Amino acid sequence: MNLQQAKFEYLLRLGDSSLIIGHRLSEWCGHGPILEEDIALINIALDFVGNATSLLGYAAQVEGKGRTEDDLAYLRGEREYRNLLLTEQPNGDYAATIARQFLYDTYTFFLYEELKSSKDETIAAIAVKSHKEITYHLRHTTQWMLRLGDGTEESHQRLQTALNELWMFTSELFDMDEVDGLLINEGIAADLDKVKAAWEKRVNEVITEATLQVPVTNIKQKGSREGKHSEHLGFLLAEMQYIPRSYPGSKW
Amino acid sequence: MNTSTYTKEQLFSLLSEIPDPEIPVINIIELGILRDVQWDGSLCTVIITPTYSGCPAMKVIEDDIRIKLNEIGISNVKIDLVYSPAWTTDWISDIAKEKLRAYGIAPPDHSTIDKAVLMGKARELKCPQCGSKNTEMISQFGSTACKALYRCLDCKEPFDYFKCL
Repeated sequence: MNLQQAKFEYLLRLGDSSLIIGHRLSEWCGHGPILEEDIALINIALDFVGNATSLLGYAAQVEGKGRTEDDLAYLRGEREYRNLLLTEQPNGDYAATIARQFLYDTYTFFLYEELKSSKDETIAAIAVKSHKEITYHLRHTTQWMLRLGDGTEESHQRLQTALNELWMFTSELFDMDEVDGLLINEGIAADLDKVKAAWEKRVNEVITEATLQVPVTNIKQKGSREGKHSEHLGFLLAEMQYIPRSYPGSKW
Repeated sequence: MNTSTYTKEQLFSLLSEIPDPEIPVINIIELGILRDVQWDGSLCTVIITPTYSGCPAMKVIEDDIRIKLNEIGISNVKIDLVYSPAWTTDWISDIAKEKLRAYGIAPPDHSTIDKAVLMGKARELKCPQCGSKNTEMISQFGSTACKALYRCLDCKEPFDYFKCL
């Protein structure tokens, strides 16, 4: 694998995760439990989709085969997608969405903090921009973790259940392979061991403050780096890609 | 027609007529979206930066720039979207902040984002309607990506706050 291939792969991982979690959040549009939350989640979805547009646009440029960010988003099948398994998990109830979002927002908060000093100027520029937005996302989901966890008996139970069910997808966030190794050597990618230490500390603090238990599991779901996804991604893509695939090349 | 007869100042002045599509009281220069205009032969390159990564107004702004330049005969236009340096509310001028306030949007009240945001401390804001500081945040996210939703506890009016970034 050469540097260009590694960079393309790395940008797909970052961009696909943003796109898929952004799409998941957009599914709440018109269904939020209260109007303010509906608006908040759609704002956050928009940030993620915007971030995905930048990353996939850059991926297409690095690839140099004339594809665009839209080609990458709409014309790849699930086995070609590189998003983390956590990001494709269904919204479930509001507690499940908040738990997934909190785990992922904490991850991107520390990941993009590292990427701000990437030696790749475009990645660094996107990271500086996105990190400001992520700070607001993390604040929002952290507040909801505390509210639901330290709320009623039912909200506490629902959030604990959500955390327990999602926990098996968290170890994958920090897996590194040849792509990471090559790019870390070049000062381009983030060292996920560093991100992991910061993530664990903060996630444990918030879960404890929310009077919840940090889940324990030996199950480690992984596979997204090879395009092996949970059963949920195909359905998501079917909906997201329906229009561009039914009417190829349409513009409005 | 030799389009490069227009100076950068003249083009900035022309483009200052383009309002932000979502906050029409301020223009794209006051907001800090328009970064530069460059000539290369007959090609006019306009450099813009988004406020938020996913700001849906960027497409409209690009179209508005093309239309505006077309009106004075400049049709060879390239629009570059740059991310660095990252847009910040610090670029909004004091005059523009006053326009925001008069429009009913509380302007960003301090420079850039700070750690208080992460720790969940809401800022003490003045109501743009009655000036009272007895206000509270309803939601960190408002009607557009750049705004938060507040309410005044004295005059009871809800209002938008242009949050710091």
